[in-house]
Amino acid sequence: MKAVKHITGTAIPMNINDIDTDIIIPAQYLTSTSQSGYGEHAFARLKTNPDFVLNQDKYQQAPILLTGSNFGCGSSREHAIWAIQELGIKAIIAPSFADIFANNAKKNGLLLIQQPDEVMSQLILQTTISEVNIAIDIQSQTIQAKNTTSKFELDEFFKHCLINGLDELDYLMSNIEKIKDFKNQQKNRTLFI
Amino acid sequence: MNKNIIDKIWDAHIVKQNPEHPAILAIDFCLVHEVTSAQAFDTLRHKSLPVLDTTKLLATVDHSIPTRKNRHEIFDQMAKAQVQKLRDNTAEFEVPFYDMDSSHQGIVHVVGPELGITQPGMTIVCGDSHTATHGAFGALAFGIGTSTVGHVFASGCLLMNKPKVMKVEFNGKFQAGVSAKDAIMKLIAQIGIGGANGHVIEYTGSALTDMSMEARMTLCNMSIECGAVAGLIAPDNITYDYLKTKQYAPKENWNKAVDYWNSLKSDTGCYYDHEILIDVSQLKPMVSWGTNPQQAIEIDQVIPKSSDDMTKNALDYVQLSAGDKLMNTDLDWAFVGSCTNGRIEDLRITASILKDRKIASNMTFYIVPGSEQVMKQAADEGLINIINQSGAEFRMPGCSMCLGMNDDKVPAGKRCISSTNRNFVGRQGTGSITHLASPATVAASAIAGKIVSANQYFCANGDIK
Repeated sequence: MKAVKHITGTAIPMNINDIDTDIIIPAQYLTSTSQSGYGEHAFARLKTNPDFVLNQDKYQQAPILLTGSNFGCGSSREHAIWAIQELGIKAIIAPSFADIFANNAKKNGLLLIQQPDEVMSQLILQTTISEVNIAIDIQSQTIQAKNTTSKFELDEFFKHCLINGLDELDYLMSNIEKIKDFKNQQKNRTLFI
Repeated sequence: MNKNIIDKIWDAHIVKQNPEHPAILAIDFCLVHEVTSAQAFDTLRHKSLPVLDTTKLLATVDHSIPTRKNRHEIFDQMAKAQVQKLRDNTAEFEVPFYDMDSSHQGIVHVVGPELGITQPGMTIVCGDSHTATHGAFGALAFGIGTSTVGHVFASGCLLMNKPKVMKVEFNGKFQAGVSAKDAIMKLIAQIGIGGANGHVIEYTGSALTDMSMEARMTLCNMSIECGAVAGLIAPDNITYDYLKTKQYAPKENWNKAVDYWNSLKSDTGCYYDHEILIDVSQLKPMVSWGTNPQQAIEIDQVIPKSSDDMTKNALDYVQLSAGDKLMNTDLDWAFVGSCTNGRIEDLRITASILKDRKIASNMTFYIVPGSEQVMKQAADEGLINIINQSGAEFRMPGCSMCLGMNDDKVPAGKRCISSTNRNFVGRQGTGSITHLASPATVAASAIAGKIVSANQYFCANGDIK
């Protein structure tokens, strides 16, 4: 995973609640066995509307997405994360995220930031009126948009992984002997398969 | 301290818990299918890692395959390559694999339980959000992304923060023709599609005491549709009766296993972060009207009025209006199948309603068994003949029309009543319109050619006339 400390750039206002993973990447594009090639189909069903925010030139490769609550609900497809990252998006700011989507984001270094409704409304309003640059600093856990600064929560372990570009699997494998011992002790005590 | 069943399973699987770190959680079994595994096997290759324990994995094909009789010929070249990739990967890493015609191919969440792989107290994962199905046995089972699938392959573990726990108590006796599917749809409509985010649900209550394992699987299956990490039901004698004869069930350790499983029940007075009570005794069959599973009503209600954009967009898409009744809405397609309702009990109910009747002449009705075992049993019980004589089409096992990623799609603009789990925009094919319902409601509606209740087919005691 690539180390990330700051994310700065144009914010895309996509003010829709409950965007599901079928919207982010429709199932017909999931037959690929590669980890790339999903970006061109990202939000395919919303892109059929010429006014959709991601059809606008100024938002191409913009790194920050502002969106509604429960973003990423539905299936476990990690293709949704890969598709979003291929659009150049590095951080998503929303009132809430679906759990599996949030877990998948962590594994790929996509930063998800939760902000309360009042901050979200302000950000969406500002970015809808004019193009706004947002600066996210991961170390200090702050978002700066125009003249306002807000803090955000971040899981300490994920923060450590993100800033240092560490992979969770490497951490798991560094514990592999302990894991093997644990699994041996499970047999016919708590596990009967 | 009094613990709930999730606390007990969680605590029994903690390999390591450092402060400020997620837990290293031991995973007992990982189910594998073609769509979410290829990149995980690539990770193993990239890092030169083996699978930690191949006996704790099982792979099959379900999502991308056709359900025609001659399904071995896959016309979609991408899907064909994806299925072949799973064959190659499982051969290379020596992962047990049930291919087509192996007698145990099917939807992962149907195959696991019927083999007895799904057992109480286990942690079970799969790159699939409907993994909570296995919670019916009192297992902590949840969907994960492909990166995490790779972690489980290599380490038999994953990193996770402990979820909160919600208790959902379904009380009362179902009316004839109302089932577990209606109960879970009611919960989702009540708390919303994000209503259980961050929680594992324990389902309890008098409505569950004599509920079959098949119905419990339907209930747990849709936990993700209200955002829950997982949903489970404490094991009881119904669980043990179902499990005892299955291939992977413990044999010489059976009594020891049952003692352990009985100890998992939530302690009296244990803590839940959230509790919900639902009385099912007056519940009518549920049908979804919109573009997410929360947008659902009882079949005799009208579509609610709301000024929000989400409702407006949903109604535009499904070509209905607030104030409309769903009852008698004209249909083009019907589908019974999927990990939600593709088990033998679902096919029995469907066939009982279709027996000696014909579906409406304009309808296309696919009935797709969840597995080769379900198909075999349906054949043995004469259900396939009944179904085919009604004008419906009995097909080969797979995910089929639940999601538009194989040949089975609802055409654009066509309206389908479906026993599946999601009615998202385009879920059953670009431009398709989905109404979620129980198999009974689907079968009755296929006969009528429009959305109707199945209650005319049921006696007051719940038997089918």
